[in-house]
Amino acid sequence: MDFKNGKELLALCHENDMRISDIMLRREITESEVSREDVVSRMQVSLDIMKKAAVSSIEEPRKSMGGLIGGEAKKAYESACRICGPVLSDAIAYAMSVLEVNATMGLIVAAPTAGSSGVIPGVLMALSKHEHISDDELIKGLFNASAVGYLFMRNASVAGAEGGCQAEVGAASAMAASAITEMLGGTPDMCLNSASFAISNILGMVCDPIAGLVEAPCQSRNAIGVSNAFTSAQLSMAGIRHHVPFDEMVDCMMEVGRSLPKELRETALGGCACTPTGCDLSCKIFG
Amino acid sequence: MEFISAFDVIGPNMIGPSSSHTAGAAAMALLARKLFGDKTPAKVSFTLYGSFAKTYKGHGTDKALLGGMLGFRPDDMRIRDSFRIAEEEGLDFRFIEDDETETPHSNTADILMIDEDGYTLSVRGVSVGGGKIKLTRFNNIDVDFTGEYSALIVRQNDRPGVAAHITSCLAEANVNIAFMNLFREDKGTTAYTVVESDEKIPADVLDKIRDQENIMEVKLVQV
Repeated sequence: MDFKNGKELLALCHENDMRISDIMLRREITESEVSREDVVSRMQVSLDIMKKAAVSSIEEPRKSMGGLIGGEAKKAYESACRICGPVLSDAIAYAMSVLEVNATMGLIVAAPTAGSSGVIPGVLMALSKHEHISDDELIKGLFNASAVGYLFMRNASVAGAEGGCQAEVGAASAMAASAITEMLGGTPDMCLNSASFAISNILGMVCDPIAGLVEAPCQSRNAIGVSNAFTSAQLSMAGIRHHVPFDEMVDCMMEVGRSLPKELRETALGGCACTPTGCDLSCKIFG
Repeated sequence: MEFISAFDVIGPNMIGPSSSHTAGAAAMALLARKLFGDKTPAKVSFTLYGSFAKTYKGHGTDKALLGGMLGFRPDDMRIRDSFRIAEEEGLDFRFIEDDETETPHSNTADILMIDEDGYTLSVRGVSVGGGKIKLTRFNNIDVDFTGEYSALIVRQNDRPGVAAHITSCLAEANVNIAFMNLFREDKGTTAYTVVESDEKIPADVLDKIRDQENIMEVKLVQV
């Protein structure tokens, strides 16, 4: 039941008439020799942590350790401006809440990393609220997302230090896009197609944390990761094909990551971190 | 290639903000504590190198290291309050920043633990990314130990037959060895054997292994 790339994953889906989440769940059960019940209940724990983190900073904002963020999720959630519509507006606020929880030493699920931990919960909680998707379906969404994330980890990287922010928020966004597509009834091919859109839309995004902290611009990058996931799922559900298959996009993301200078790969030596204001903030925090 | 689980992708569950600087820091101190005998030492010092030395405050690396030393896992909310808890428990702790010494990996800490009766253990922990860690030094010996498997760590005199004694004790207890490594200070002096297994190692094996003149100390770390 194992697969090494998107092509093999889709072949397994077709042969068995299964969804991506089913294949990933079966892979987990067979390869890690754990019962279905245990695997699912472990994912329920992850979902519960995500749910809590998605709202706790909206309910109770705290200042981050570096002091660069704190209170943004509440502002976004309560804003009178809902130009993005209810689903996306809430998803953005939830994603930002998770990043605030993370930056205040709260409990989160790295998905796939701590710096990109807001994207998937943001998407899931907004779908739960507005599309009334059940926990069982959200857990399937997490297995679907983990299949896509696994392929990024296996065949590329999800480390900002190796691939820039496209490897973290980009991968999270592709995972979320695929999960949305499945939860809304899309086929496995449509799932990976939406993941292709998601990664190609933010290809080349750099990792440039101010003062080297997982605060800014990480928090708003998670918001864009959410928007990009919905946009990509929307395109795919409309029957629009991305020209490049998913596996090629994974390789391409890694190639782009390798060609980014080290200044733009989590070293805080370039991008936002290296602007005059970014440098001043860093001096203020670390003296 | 090592199996990548769904929970390596959606996970780890952790106290933020950073898998390498926070979750990894807690994990390495927790493993150090287990090696110390699964108890809080009287005194601990953490020497921070590389990126740990430069950015530990903004990442809560200090709170996470101390939390691990108190027995908190990387997803334990008490990490946030570890300074207060350590003070309440009377743990004497300090942090030393060393941003000059070059270490092979950027996220490195030396952890020195001392007990009331003077028993001392020092380990070097490295956070290798994604919350994963390894110990690369155990007292003065270079090791390579992840703590992901159940492990036996044996301190022994470097004499012929000691490794065979250890493996035969394990074979009798039907323990399947995943990895076994031998490290030594100098030829003929003190050596360490690290045995890792995918399954739990029964505690009564320890007494059997100890029952040999060249065995000085046996420690067990269960997954």
